[in-house]
Amino acid sequence: MTSPSTPRPTSSSTSSSRERILGRVRAALADAPTAPPAARDYLTSHTADDPTVILDLLHENLADYRALVHRTEERELPSLIADLLTKHGAGSVAVPPGLPASWLSGTAVEQRHDEGAPLTPYDLDATDAVITGCALAIAETGTIVLDGGPGQGRRALTLVPDVHICVVRAADQVVASVPLAMPRLDPARPLTWISGPSATSDIELDRVEGVHGPRTLHVVLVTETSAPGGRGGTAAGS
Amino acid sequence: MSGTYLGMPAFPEAAHEAVRNDTLRANLRHATHTIRDKRAVAVAELDDWTELREAGKQIKEHTLSRLDHYLVQLEESVTAAGGTVHWAADAEEANRIVADLVKATGEGDTEKREVVKVKSMATQEIGLNEALEAEGIAAYETDLAELIVQLGEDRPSHILVPAIHRNRGEIRDIFRSEMEKWGRAAPENLTDSPAELAEAARLHLREKFLRAEVGISGANFMVAETGTMVVVESEGNGRMCLTLPETLISVVGIEKIVPTWRDLEVFLQTLPRSSTAERMNPYTSMWTGTTDADGPKAFHLVLLDNGRTDTLADEVGRQALRCIRCSACLNVCPVYERAGGHAYGSVYPGPIGAILTPQLRGTASEIDASLPYASSLCGACYDVCPVAIDIPEVLVHLREKVAEQGGPGHRLEKAAIKAAGWVLDHPAVLAAGERVAAKTRRLHPKKLPGPGASQWTDSRDLPEMPAEPFRDWWKKNRT
Ligand code: SF4
Repeated sequence: MTSPSTPRPTSSSTSSSRERILGRVRAALADAPTAPPAARDYLTSHTADDPTVILDLLHENLADYRALVHRTEERELPSLIADLLTKHGAGSVAVPPGLPASWLSGTAVEQRHDEGAPLTPYDLDATDAVITGCALAIAETGTIVLDGGPGQGRRALTLVPDVHICVVRAADQVVASVPLAMPRLDPARPLTWISGPSATSDIELDRVEGVHGPRTLHVVLVTETSAPGGRGGTAAGS
Repeated sequence: MSGTYLGMPAFPEAAHEAVRNDTLRANLRHATHTIRDKRAVAVAELDDWTELREAGKQIKEHTLSRLDHYLVQLEESVTAAGGTVHWAADAEEANRIVADLVKATGEGDTEKREVVKVKSMATQEIGLNEALEAEGIAAYETDLAELIVQLGEDRPSHILVPAIHRNRGEIRDIFRSEMEKWGRAAPENLTDSPAELAEAARLHLREKFLRAEVGISGANFMVAETGTMVVVESEGNGRMCLTLPETLISVVGIEKIVPTWRDLEVFLQTLPRSSTAERMNPYTSMWTGTTDADGPKAFHLVLLDNGRTDTLADEVGRQALRCIRCSACLNVCPVYERAGGHAYGSVYPGPIGAILTPQLRGTASEIDASLPYASSLCGACYDVCPVAIDIPEVLVHLREKVAEQGGPGHRLEKAAIKAAGWVLDHPAVLAAGERVAAKTRRLHPKKLPGPGASQWTDSRDLPEMPAEPFRDWWKKNRT
């Protein structure tokens, strides 16, 4: 175990500790052989390779963790979004850069675009809802993943407002399992995995939806193939 | 480690307190049994659990066997992505680094510095909050449970649900009397319904999140090849702390590394199911250095040793560093269920605490020397561990070490004997242990090494130990 320890730009006060810790690690491992890389005998997916089965499973698992799931065709998306905003009595909605304008064409709710001068945390706190696309969704765990790409926005956007509406394109944004999701995600981007609304079980193990994140999560599964201009996601699958 | 725990009574005295406290025992029992049953269901959903567990074990084993290599690689990746890496040999150095980083942020009024924190065992281990307080920096815990613990001037009792020893009535009382001292007061007429209590916490903490300039976190995983940090959570307070402040400081034990991005696919399947018995926890945040116009402008990673390299040097004991802090072992442990988290005298309670704490801190104190004896060696912890840490094996190994170090009549030996005696004094613990032991017999040491061992286990298999005569024997021989 004598891999070279090139000095890196660490803060100078700790550079001696760096050498000390690495030295102690090497001493501790002096007699230990390198363990082989892990065997990966686990499954890549636990689900039949059938888009209908996978979409139904996503729906079921999202709902099981109290996300409110809707299915619609692309052309009905604007009216569904308008209905959801009305139902929550939302007066304002945060809009990430790159969100298809058509998605909000059915509503007169005030749109707060996070472009130019970005919305401050206080602005976001005073905004009722946020609408985004996603990078992908994982059926087996009921998870949507956001990567900050077009139509998703920076992380604070989907965190501070109390209602999050997330649109998933069924045709190309749904994978069955975690192992199938990893290669489609870019670790260089900030990623947020969301499985149901914010929750806690800290008080006598009673699950309570909603502590700090959005207390309501709507997931809209768009089951029709992309209409022109209907791109909500990013590089996923490309 | 944290000064909070110095002067703790050895295991049996602390456990004695817990056993007398009916509320605590009822809460703990309810909690551990509820989670353990749900966990079994969540795990049974995956046909390949055995293979995932084995892969998790092997990934960690491999990483630890080349830890120097992966640490250097991680440092390069984090630095290349815009982060700054610091190395802390011990708690004091880590606290110093964090305090200096906080002070270096902003101009502001130095009298009023504050940070928001997301639950992190590493920062509890080093006593960061107390160290910051001594420097005039207020550290606000933001997990609901940690908030309850902090407002109640209490100590956490469970890794996953640290306030599990408090019931809803106690929580309401704490919120009513304490919140106003630290910020927004609890709403008038606050009842003890969990939804209302959660709402009170939301309102109380929101103002702190919105104005926070520095966030402090730990991490569940660090990916060496990409420099990616991973935090799994439920409430969203983690996202707040990781996203809203200008500066983010993460204090992470050096053992939290995995080599590759792909390795996460194993732990993201095993950790949520083992800990909260969920297919996936509500929120997982992953970030790599800093990102333009999204989240903190500065990211500091403090790599913490604090006894981990000592643990790594122990051939048998080093497997404790595989732990991913899921807390499954706590929930199946008959000793933990009765003794409570506080009896373990450290931030790491239960079976993992019994093998990790004495290695991180050494066994020079009575509490630490007694920990390896706080077990009936039933093996249930090993069965549920998602990285297959053979906790009974490490316990037996550590007993040998304590025995060598103390010697007959030594105060450490006495502490150890008392802890073992406590276990024997609780027939329910032994009985629960023996029921499980049938399944794990092959793992059991034939003899129980350690102080006094020759006097009472010389020729017996442990599971056959007759509880009754031994209890009498202990009563006569206890100091
Ligand atoms: S020792 Fe195993 S079961 Fe216990 S907390 Fe660690 S990973 Fe979980």
